Amino acid sequence: MTIKPEDIYKIAPHHRFQWEKAQDCYVILFPEGMVKLNGGAGEVLNLVNDNLSVEKITEALTKKFPDADGIDKDIIGMIEMALEKAWIEKTN
Amino acid sequence: MVEKNNGVSSNTTATQPLWLLAEITYQCPLQCAFCYNPTDFDKHTQNELDTESWIKVLRQARDLGAAQLGISGGEPLLRKDIEEIVIEASSLGYYSNLITSGAGMNEKRIDALKDGGLDHIQLSMHDITEEINNFITNTKTFKLKQKIAAMIKDRGYPMVLNVVLHRYNIDHIKEILEMAEGLGADYIELANTQYYGWSLVNRDQLMPKKEQVLHAEKVTNEFRERIGNKMKIFFVVPDYYDDRPKKCMNGWGEVFMIVTANGDVLPCHSARVIPNLEFPNVRNTDVKQIWYDSPAFNKFRGTDWMKEPCRSCSEKENDLGGCRCQAMLLAGDAESADPVCSKSPNRHLIDQAIKDTENPGLEAKPIMFRSNKNSKKISEGEEKERLAKFHALP
Ligand code: SF4
Ligand code: SF4
Repeated sequence: MTIKPEDIYKIAPHHRFQWEKAQDCYVILFPEGMVKLNGGAGEVLNLVNDNLSVEKITEALTKKFPDADGIDKDIIGMIEMALEKAWIEKTN
Repeated sequence: MVEKNNGVSSNTTATQPLWLLAEITYQCPLQCAFCYNPTDFDKHTQNELDTESWIKVLRQARDLGAAQLGISGGEPLLRKDIEEIVIEASSLGYYSNLITSGAGMNEKRIDALKDGGLDHIQLSMHDITEEINNFITNTKTFKLKQKIAAMIKDRGYPMVLNVVLHRYNIDHIKEILEMAEGLGADYIELANTQYYGWSLVNRDQLMPKKEQVLHAEKVTNEFRERIGNKMKIFFVVPDYYDDRPKKCMNGWGEVFMIVTANGDVLPCHSARVIPNLEFPNVRNTDVKQIWYDSPAFNKFRGTDWMKEPCRSCSEKENDLGGCRCQAMLLAGDAESADPVCSKSPNRHLIDQAIKDTENPGLEAKPIMFRSNKNSKKISEGEEKERLAKFHALP
């Protein structure tokens, strides 16, 4: 699936996205599984969870990490990965 | 099962428990021939933790990092306080799972559990035929399970089915998968019997032949290819037919913490078979202290405890020497390599069990079902002959 700037995703049903204090990271929980997300993936999914479009996510993260190169490509990559794992779904 | 994939940092030195399994009662109206509960469970049925103690355990384990909660048993629904426990679990941020046979579930309870924040229900199923279901559980529960499955779906829970595979149902794998699809299951776990507890007592009767396992795996793969992401299928391979052991519980004291009905805390369901290990209890020790400091949890952490051939084996980080309980039960030494491993000097014990699957005389002996009466018989040493080839069973 090609990811477009106006796309909005959400955490898939039966999955839960939350911050874990003890692990110091975001995680995805689902039946029989838990995945710890690394910093970048956690940031992206946190904004997905806030119903932001891909464009708005990119804007927000570029502002937050002005020195990071190629951040837009990383974001698309992470959304693709999350889609493939069925952690998120398209809403529009 | 913990997935560690791309985009995911896995911290190998971390020793926070991620999974809390609450074996909340050993009472169960079913009598499954493969039940993984201890054979002497009758000794542990008195003295169950009360609601307040469970709530304390949930809080302590959550502080420590546990995020997945499995409420199992026995049959957890025999306890009246599951609803209360679920409400607490949900408010603490656990992803909670009720592992049930279906007995004790009804419309009122399933609604209350949903309102309380229960995330999913894992229902055990046995076969497509009423005959085999009722035979292997020694109870008339086939229709009940069908009814509860429909109720789970209707209330919008993710439907997770668990089917333990053995000689009596493994050839029906295609029909079992079709049944799961028909019920609208989101996940199905096809768990080949692992031989601890009651399943070990009944190993001669339950263990399928190699051709049966290969066939089941092939059918499962074909089915998976067709159905794709719509229904996730986990096929838990039977280690006996492998030449390397599994990384049992993902490592001793690495991920799982099991709190049993009377408050004993174990690194794995059957850890009590290991002699000279004293298991701590939540009635007098904090969960944090148990996890980090107790001799029982530290005993088999990492690789320092290993003997040869594991100690100098290049694969030791992959499987951590396999299952300690299996090493104890079959080889009589909890510190030895899992006998499943082809490098183990005890591999012949597994090969013999495989050979025995071709011996109809053994299979013909009656199954010993998991009942209070049979448990008592075993604890009182009445079944010595049957259990003679296993260590650490009374
Ligand atoms: S495996 Fe069967 S007998 Fe054992 S606890 Fe589960 S339902 Fe009860
Ligand atoms: S020898 Fe021990 S560590 Fe090596 S593969 Fe076998 S069980 Fe694993």
